[in-house]
Amino acid sequence: MIKIIDLKKRFNTRRVLNGLNLEIEQGKITVIIGRSGEGKSVLIKHIIGLLRPDSGQIFLDDMEITSMKEKDFNEVRKRFGMLFQGGALFDSMTVAGNVGFPLKEHTDLSDDDILKIVTEKLRRVGLVNVEEMMPADLSGGMRKRVGLARAIVMDPEIVLFDEPTTGLDPIMSDSVADLVLDTQRVLKTTYILITHDIPFTYKIADKIAMLHEGRIIEQGTVEEMKANQNPIVRQFLEGRAEGPIKVY
Amino acid sequence: MIGMFKGYLEKLGESAGKFVTSTGLMATMLAQAAVYAFTPPVKLRNIFKQMEFVGVQSLFVVVLTGTFTGMVMALQSFNALKRFGAESLVGPTVALSMARELGPVLTGLMVTGRAGSAMATELGTMRVTEQIDALFTMAVNPVKYLVVPRIIAGVLMFPLLTVITDFVGVVGGYMVGVRLLGINPGVYIGRTIDFVQVSDIFIGLEKSIVFGLIMSLVACFNGFYTTGGAEGVGRSATSSVVMGSVLILVSDYLLSSFLS
Repeated sequence: MIKIIDLKKRFNTRRVLNGLNLEIEQGKITVIIGRSGEGKSVLIKHIIGLLRPDSGQIFLDDMEITSMKEKDFNEVRKRFGMLFQGGALFDSMTVAGNVGFPLKEHTDLSDDDILKIVTEKLRRVGLVNVEEMMPADLSGGMRKRVGLARAIVMDPEIVLFDEPTTGLDPIMSDSVADLVLDTQRVLKTTYILITHDIPFTYKIADKIAMLHEGRIIEQGTVEEMKANQNPIVRQFLEGRAEGPIKVY
Repeated sequence: MIGMFKGYLEKLGESAGKFVTSTGLMATMLAQAAVYAFTPPVKLRNIFKQMEFVGVQSLFVVVLTGTFTGMVMALQSFNALKRFGAESLVGPTVALSMARELGPVLTGLMVTGRAGSAMATELGTMRVTEQIDALFTMAVNPVKYLVVPRIIAGVLMFPLLTVITDFVGVVGGYMVGVRLLGINPGVYIGRTIDFVQVSDIFIGLEKSIVFGLIMSLVACFNGFYTTGGAEGVGRSATSSVVMGSVLILVSDYLLSSFLS
C-alpha cells in the first residue's frame, strides 16, 4: 500500500501540491483525475522519486521513501514500472531493445532469454513481430503498448501511468482500457493512473481520486463518484465550462 | 532613474545566479561522472559506440581541416620567411604550429561543432521526450549511462584526432612547401626534425585531452538540462558549440602559459 501524507510542492512562487493526502490500495486500479496543470504528473513523479517534496511523506508499505538517498531509492524503483505520456521509448533502440532494457540492466539473463520474455510481454500487450521495428516507425497506440510492455517487463508490484490515452482516438483509448484491465487482472498489480479521460476512468477504476488546487478533494469507487454531489466534481465529470472551476 | 537602476541590478543578479547555478551543476556532473566512470559495471559497448561517434565519424572533417591548414600555413610562412631568406624554416614553422597550437585547437573546435552539437541535441531530445526520466524510473542512473561514455570518448579520442590533424597538416605543408614552392625536400624534412621535439607534440596532446573533456562535458551539460521543448533543444545545441568553443580558446591560452 502507498500512503501519501500532507505532500507539499512549490515551483518558484507557484504552489502545485498543497497538503495532499491519499491512500492507494495494493492490487487495485487507482485513477487520479483533475484538470491539466493541477499537478497530477507532479504527484506521480513524487511517488517514483523523480521529484522530492518540500514537505510531507510517502510511505511504501512501511518505508518512508521521500527522504531516501538516491542509491536506496534506486532499489525501491525496481519495484515500479512507469508508462510515460509519449511512451518515452529510446529512439536509438529497436522495440526489443526498449522492452528488454530493464532486464539487460538489472539481470544476468542471456540475450536469448531476454528476447523470449520481451516477445511474451509484447504478445500480452497485443503486439507480434514488432521486435525489430524502431520507435519512429510505430503509431501512437503502438508506442503506448510498447511502453506498457517495457513498464511490466520486470513484473513490478506497482505500475504508474501518465495520461495513457492522451493523443489517442476513442477506439484506441478503449483498447488501452482493455489492455490495462487485462494486464492488471492477471498479476493483480497495483496500477496508478492519472488522466482526464472520464469514459476511460469509468471503465477501469477501482477507485477514483480527484485532485483540485493541490489536494485530493473527493475519492471513492466509480459509483460513489458518479453519485458525488460536490459541485467541483460534478462539473469536471460532466465536462461543463460553467461551474465553480474557472476556465482561464 | 532609480527604477531603471533597480531593474538593471535585478537582471545582473539573475544572470549571476544562473551562472553560479550552471557552474555548480556542471561541476557536480563532472564529479559524478568521475565517480561513476570507475563504478562497476562499466558498459564498454556504450563507450565504444561513443568513441566511434566522436572519433571515427570526425575523421573526414579533421583530415580536411588539418590538410588545408598545413597547406595555408606553408604558403603564408613561406611568403613571410622569404623576406629574411629563411625559406628553409617553413617546415618547422608548420610542424611546430600544428603540434603545439593548431592541431589541438582546430580539432577541438571542429569536433565541438560536429559532435558536441549532436551530443547536446541527442540528450536534449531525450530530456524533452522524457527518455531521461524513463532511465531514472528504470533505476538506471542517466549520468552513468549517458554522460560517462561521452566524456570518456571525448577524452580518449581528442588526442588521437589531434595526432591525425598534426600529421595531415605537416603532410599538407610539405606538399605546398616542396612541390609547389620548390623548397628542397631534404632541407624541409631535416629542418623539421631539427626543430620539432617530442615534447612539442606532447604539449598539444595534453591540451587535446582537456579540450575533449570540455567538449563532452559542456555538450552533456547543455543537453541534460534542456528545458523548453524543440526550441530548447536548438538552444542547447547552440550553447554547447558557443560555450565549448569559447572555453577551448580560453583554456588554450591558460594551458599554453602553464605548459610553457
